[in-house]
Amino acid sequence: MTGAGGIIARDLKLALRQRSDAVMIVLFFVLTAALFPFGVGPEANQLAAIAPGVIWVTALLAVLLSLERLFLADYEDGSLELMALSPVPLELTVLAKVFAHWLTTGLPLIAAAPLIAILFNMPVSALPILALAMLLGTPTLSLIGAIGAALTLGARRGGVLVPLLVLPLYIPTLIFGVSAVDAALLGFPVRPHLLLLAGILLISLVVSPLAGAAALRQANE
Amino acid sequence: MSAFEARNLACSRVGRRIFAALDFTLPAGGALILRGANGSGKSSLLRVLAGLLAPVGGELHWDGKPVNDDPEAFQDNICYVGHGNAIKPVLTVHENLAFWSKLYPPKSAEGYDDLLDQALETFSLTTLRDVPGRQLSSGQSRRLSLSRLITSPARIWLLDEPSVGLDDVSLKRLEAAIAEHRAGGGMVIAATHTPLDIADADLLLLQDFAPPAIDPELLENSW
Repeated sequence: MTGAGGIIARDLKLALRQRSDAVMIVLFFVLTAALFPFGVGPEANQLAAIAPGVIWVTALLAVLLSLERLFLADYEDGSLELMALSPVPLELTVLAKVFAHWLTTGLPLIAAAPLIAILFNMPVSALPILALAMLLGTPTLSLIGAIGAALTLGARRGGVLVPLLVLPLYIPTLIFGVSAVDAALLGFPVRPHLLLLAGILLISLVVSPLAGAAALRQANE
Repeated sequence: MSAFEARNLACSRVGRRIFAALDFTLPAGGALILRGANGSGKSSLLRVLAGLLAPVGGELHWDGKPVNDDPEAFQDNICYVGHGNAIKPVLTVHENLAFWSKLYPPKSAEGYDDLLDQALETFSLTTLRDVPGRQLSSGQSRRLSLSRLITSPARIWLLDEPSVGLDDVSLKRLEAAIAEHRAGGGMVIAATHTPLDIADADLLLLQDFAPPAIDPELLENSW
């Protein structure tokens, strides 16, 4: 376990020293969402109605944008080979790197989401549910994204390939993430939606390290 | 006496056979130099030995037991220095080395800091200790990558072109480090083009194990 902790600490340190990467992702998230009022018009009720969907879709795209830095730099400088040869199981390495990725991408997005919600005139009462849904949903985005990022290592134009692989798999998280917030806004029970988000998270928590490690082994050959 | 052995090893990349029927035996304290033209399979052989690349045929034996029985336990015996230096530009020299030596823990935690200092000293990196990786020259990066060898508890060193970019002084230090490792019963397998002064090392010429060229006529008939 100390080995996995070391990988998390290293990736966090790297992210901290290359802060601009994480800041850029959050800026992308806020700016893209801010485009929608210009596109659909400033009618307050309409904006409130589309707010959950806009927040989730832009968060999803922001995560997609950040996936490249998950493995690519380590792949190119040979670090990934050494991680594969180390006593730390590669599955645990993937999990550690995904956790560090979520801390530096998912968590800032959750922190920035209320800003967009207020910009879209979303009732403040739904904010806790939005945060909770994102807390359950964004780790899934990192986990599933890791599989795509690992699979496209060494492929030409891997950056274009990742969205094609990953976006379809993001749809369930998007659906239940949005419906949880919608349910809160309309006064319906939110529990089932959150439980489904948690279920998807648990499944990806198992599948992602296994598939990701297999893809990394393939890339190292 | 522990020994590292390859029996009838064969390897192919992207469907192309690179070498076949390759055998060697490396006793404790032994050294093996891999020689061959570019693309003759030196790096591939080292990657097979490290366990990064699965051989298409043959077996590796460690201590008389097949490595495949417990590949993960065997990997504790390996320290691989490949083409990539695995140095993060925003981490300092010391942080880079400390990360890898934590991931490949030395046998005892005792004297861990001294071990790191000693490793840096071996490749005269002590003065560069707090310099970020991005400021290192290619030779300095190589030395930092090699310093992982000193912190590693591994018995077998696998070195892929270890001397690339090294100046004469560093080359002497690498040779001394290899000699010391072997004196302690360690083994070294190195692929190199430049002359590396390693006392009574065995030489393995990769072209001796190249597969026979395919008869073009035969290939044509098989279409």
